[in-house]
Amino acid sequence: MSNIMSALSDLRLLDNLARGKTFIHRINPLVKLLTTVVYLTVVVSFGRYEISSLLTFIFYPVLIFALAELPVTPILKKVLFVQPLIIGIGILNPIFDSHSVLLGDIAVSRGWITFLAIFIKSGLTVTVSILLIATTGMDRLAAALRMLKIPKIFVLQLILTYRYISVLMEEVHRMLRAYSLRAPGQKGVQRNHWGSFAGQLLLRTFDRAQRVYQSMSLRGFNGEYHTGKSAKLGLIDFAYFSGWSIFFILARIYDIPVLMGSLLIGVMK
Amino acid sequence: MHMADALISPAVGGTMLVVSAGVAAYSIKKIKSELDEKKIPLMGVLGAFVFAAQMINFAIPATGSSGHLGGGLLLAIMLGPYAGFLTMSSILLIQALFFGDGGLLAYGSNVFNLGFFTCFIAYPYIYKWFTRKGLSSKSIFNGSMISAIFGLQLGAFGVVLETLLSGKTELPFRTFVMLMQPMHLAIGVVEGLVTAAVVTFIWKARPEIMEKAALGQALGRIQIKKVVTGLLIAMIFIGGAFSWFASANPDGLEWSLEKVTGTAELEAEGNIYRVLSDFQQKTAFLPDYSFKTDEDAVDLGSGDAWPAVDAGTSISGFVGGAMTLALASLIGFAVSLFKKRKRVASA
Amino acid sequence: MSHHKLEVKNLHFSYPDGHEAVKNMSFTIYHGESVGIIGANGAGKSTLLMLIMGIIFPDGGEILLGDVHVTKKTLSMVRQRLGMVFQDPDDQLFMTSVYDDVAFGPRNYNLDEEEVENRVNYALEMVGIAHLRDRAPYKLSGGEKRAAAVASVLSLQPDMLIMDEPTSALDPKARRRIIHLLNSFEHTKIITSHDLDMILDTCQRVLVIRQGEIIADGKTLEVLSNEELLDAYGLETPLSLQNCPKCGSLKG
Ligand SMILES: Nc1ncnc2c1ncn2[C@@H]1O[C@H](COP(=O)(O)OP(=O)(O)OP(=O)(O)O)[C@@H](O)[C@H]1O
Ligand SMILES: [Mg+2]
Repeated sequence: MSNIMSALSDLRLLDNLARGKTFIHRINPLVKLLTTVVYLTVVVSFGRYEISSLLTFIFYPVLIFALAELPVTPILKKVLFVQPLIIGIGILNPIFDSHSVLLGDIAVSRGWITFLAIFIKSGLTVTVSILLIATTGMDRLAAALRMLKIPKIFVLQLILTYRYISVLMEEVHRMLRAYSLRAPGQKGVQRNHWGSFAGQLLLRTFDRAQRVYQSMSLRGFNGEYHTGKSAKLGLIDFAYFSGWSIFFILARIYDIPVLMGSLLIGVMK
Repeated sequence: MHMADALISPAVGGTMLVVSAGVAAYSIKKIKSELDEKKIPLMGVLGAFVFAAQMINFAIPATGSSGHLGGGLLLAIMLGPYAGFLTMSSILLIQALFFGDGGLLAYGSNVFNLGFFTCFIAYPYIYKWFTRKGLSSKSIFNGSMISAIFGLQLGAFGVVLETLLSGKTELPFRTFVMLMQPMHLAIGVVEGLVTAAVVTFIWKARPEIMEKAALGQALGRIQIKKVVTGLLIAMIFIGGAFSWFASANPDGLEWSLEKVTGTAELEAEGNIYRVLSDFQQKTAFLPDYSFKTDEDAVDLGSGDAWPAVDAGTSISGFVGGAMTLALASLIGFAVSLFKKRKRVASA
Repeated sequence: MSHHKLEVKNLHFSYPDGHEAVKNMSFTIYHGESVGIIGANGAGKSTLLMLIMGIIFPDGGEILLGDVHVTKKTLSMVRQRLGMVFQDPDDQLFMTSVYDDVAFGPRNYNLDEEEVENRVNYALEMVGIAHLRDRAPYKLSGGEKRAAAVASVLSLQPDMLIMDEPTSALDPKARRRIIHLLNSFEHTKIITSHDLDMILDTCQRVLVIRQGEIIADGKTLEVLSNEELLDAYGLETPLSLQNCPKCGSLKG
């Protein structure tokens, strides 16, 4: 039950953050979406043994956090929440690849290196996806999808699903509270109530869908979804996209941390 | 289980994205031809229902544990395969963006594993077969149970294949399969039981809903066969193109950026390395320092090349990595501080 | 302006399960009138509103808006002139921002985006929530939601407003604000409610319905002070018309 409340507060948090007015928030949503996709593609294209060059990619989320004035702790908490899954799969790597390699004088199991690479990648990719929505919001993301010519039916349906998640989650929350008050000390909904519990909710959902349809059709809806005009792409948007893309590609080709490290060591000697 | 971005390679992710987009486009075409505008709000609100229903803990008798509903099969039964698939797709998109469940690159895989197998294989071939002679408690139970299990087994196998093709984990195929399939058998049983219970309840309470759901969405066998064959061909074709494109580079299936950016950059790379090694020789530190060059790696063939690492590189890697992290946090703090100052000043 | 007249003649409707929800109703509502519809739970109020809006169609009788019959063919025209606010604003606010919700109707009538914006701003000003235009509907308070739902209908600039229980589940302040809002409109209004004090404050005329039939139709004050009539049909005299419980004197 508490996970309903935390899911709801997550949604609200992201929605609130997306209403910010910073430079990052004002970038065209399509550009932000595409930049994110380029970032993800480049990060994921790293081989499983490359770690140092992967670290360069932390600059992007760090700058977004700072420029968009986003709170770090709650977002990283969300990211950590997803990590156990990845750890679960990645942790098997050290078991199946116990080849050790020499890193200088230290012998390290190759499996641990691949695990670390997966772990870092997962942290980066999840963070960046959440940052996208935290600086864009569902409504502008939907506009970006429209600019990509994703069919209106899909976009409208996506918006409706997003809109009613909170309504229905609150409904489930109330139902579960009422249920648990009458069934104290039980861990979940009992077997003989499975059908009626979820079924009642489903029936009410059908009724709600019907009322939503009515209220839509009373306002002239006949299957066609009309969006407003989409935001124009400006010079800044192009600059933003190409700037980041060039950085990502350079950071993919050159192992910047290793170069920096060798320079520093050289200077110090 | 959702595929995560960190486990997938651009080639596999891209292929699956294209394939799933194709299925979605076809489904949208189908829905449009049904001309039932009522279905759009129903799809939207049912999508939200699945989110909410996933939050319910169903106590599993005699185990002390509890299970959850996935919802794919239920959507297919309530909406038909096309609308069910599209609804599942929006659920997965929201999960990826807002909850970090699955990712944008892995989105296509997830839609395929959790949407396609259930809506276009398990539902039309298994559930519909069991309920072909009309609904009864028994036919609903058998149909839901078998199609939920079968759909999830296919989905799990999809995850195994996609992960292994992406080459991010060391898991041997057999071990991975032995891990995933039984786990998803358990998940499938719960899914089947809950779906059957809910469908039976609806069928008894409001039979007209089930009748409506079953109307106008009977899938012609030919159509489904066409879809599946088309998909297979598309997948082989696109996957083949991607891998051919990528195979020439040392990272195996990984997308070759060097290929994309062309040789100019490679020369530039060589230049920088030369400058740096000049610099290194002049300052005479770490005399046996070796830079990783592409030549070192090429002959290792497919799969990820183990980069030629020696003491020099790894020390530089450690130092440079630490510097990168320090620099990143410094910049982050500086920008935040600057912004705060500005806010205070303007307030 | 006779074309603003709403005429209901011998209306009859039963649900598919055979339940007769509306039996032989007839009445006429003239331009500028505010009419309250009251009756116990299940009396048939919501069903009547749905018939008027053409969400469901009668088995017998007819509904005329001016001289236009409400049928499937005339729906688009009828719905442009009648704006209905639903009982649960969550059913009416289905987009991701208040602005998009209020713009939904005008956009469906293919107005250009500039005109849409004018109308949205006008509607938001009218209900006094211009500052909420970019907010997500689910984060509004109950009263704000109600106001946004009203705005989402006003943007189509209807001649007549039809509201199903506009004050249910509102706190006294929000309720008072909605009452003010309703009184500030010059539209013809039809309002169903169990909140008889609100009906008294907003409507000059009231229809009382019982089990699908109209059993009273008259001036609000007269009908609502008829204790016998109300009592017989499961309703209570509004508080403001009751004698003061302490001193027994009639309130102002
Ligand atoms: N979809 C339906 N199918 C069958 N009967 C229905 C349906 N909807 C409503 N009814 C019945 O029709 C009658 C009138 O319902 P209606 O919703 O119009 O009442 P109401 O006056 O609006 O009540 P309330 O004050 O509770 O909102 C009730 O007896 C109700 O049970
Ligand atoms: Mg009602």
